[in-house]
Amino acid sequence: MIRQRIPLITELPLVIWLVIVWGALWQDFSPGNLLFGAIIAYVVANVFYLPPVELSGRFNVLWAVPFTVRFLFKLVTASAEVFWLGLSKGPRLRNAVVAVQLRSSSDFLVTATGHALSLIPGSLVLEVDRSTSTLYLHCLNINSDDDADTIRRDVRATEAWLIRILGTKEDLALLRAEDRFAREREARS
Amino acid sequence: MTVVAYVVGAILAVAAACALYRAARGPSILDRVLALDVVLAIIGAALATRMVVTGNLDNLVFLVVASVVGFIGSVTVARFVTDRK
Amino acid sequence: MIVENSQSVLDVVVAVLLISGALMSLAAGVGLVRFPDLLSRMHAATKPQVLGLLLFLLALAVEFRSWALIPVLLVCWIFQLLTSPVSAHMVGRAGYRTRHMRRDLLTIDELDDVVEKAARQRKDDRRKKGAQPDPG
Repeated sequence: MIRQRIPLITELPLVIWLVIVWGALWQDFSPGNLLFGAIIAYVVANVFYLPPVELSGRFNVLWAVPFTVRFLFKLVTASAEVFWLGLSKGPRLRNAVVAVQLRSSSDFLVTATGHALSLIPGSLVLEVDRSTSTLYLHCLNINSDDDADTIRRDVRATEAWLIRILGTKEDLALLRAEDRFAREREARS
Repeated sequence: MTVVAYVVGAILAVAAACALYRAARGPSILDRVLALDVVLAIIGAALATRMVVTGNLDNLVFLVVASVVGFIGSVTVARFVTDRK
Repeated sequence: MIVENSQSVLDVVVAVLLISGALMSLAAGVGLVRFPDLLSRMHAATKPQVLGLLLFLLALAVEFRSWALIPVLLVCWIFQLLTSPVSAHMVGRAGYRTRHMRRDLLTIDELDDVVEKAARQRKDDRRKKGAQPDPG
């Protein structure tokens, strides 16, 4: 098997994460323990080879905090909603499979968006079309096209948040252009 | 605290009964694996409650391990079902 | 006195966290029994658990109030965030592909058209190739 050499910089986030897990499991963050953890993490990352994950190299903390708050808020409301649907509607529930095309073509961002959507109750990623970066979502309690439109808008909003936090520069430029266009159109009308 | 423990235990017992009903009833193997996933989560919840009540952390590792490897079972079954079609 | 008071407040907080976490498990149980098909059951089964586990871990954190514990609980929850959508996606995909779900309960199905088109194209390709022997 021919292995692609991974530069240390792409491997670094994985190694750091593994060291954090190591320290957390031992409940001991002393330097000696962390150093030993780092050696093990490096060996594990190299012996059990996985294809490298291409990160975008950006991470915006200022956007990440409100995103986390929004995520937790949606998690709570949507969990309560699923509970309520189970009690009130039960077998009379109607669902839909909705296709949403995302802006970004980066695998990492599509995965992140799909993950965030799957975690929030009420939507679930069934299939992904990588060539057009389209997500096919199964959504609870969709009775009309309006409901489906709400879901589409919501998905695109989630993606916009994630682009602002960790998207590539190109995606960010695209998003800004889209925002400007929307604002101009609003100003004209 | 004891009262709370009993209330939580009762709720979890009802939830586990519902999940086991679905696991027994089916109709497909995917329903069963899904229901058993919920049973695993309920066991984790019960252990967390026990940790709070007794005040020791012996079972914490179970929670971590369950959250790391708990998904492997259902992924395996899902792959098996897709491939066998 | 103050110490006792804050202790009882913390007890109440832990109690509320535990009970709401248990209610999330109950939501999963009720959903499993009441929802009509595999995919809607899946919503009920996998999602409230994410919040449920968070509430139980918070209860542990409030009860023990030890800094060494926080990273373990955080790692536990992050691992669940990473893994639970994977199993949900795999089971959902298997359910959709093997037709274990009830199509009559869907109001819109935009994936179905795409699948149909792809299947038709594959059939056409095979017919075109039919004259030559299959290379693979």
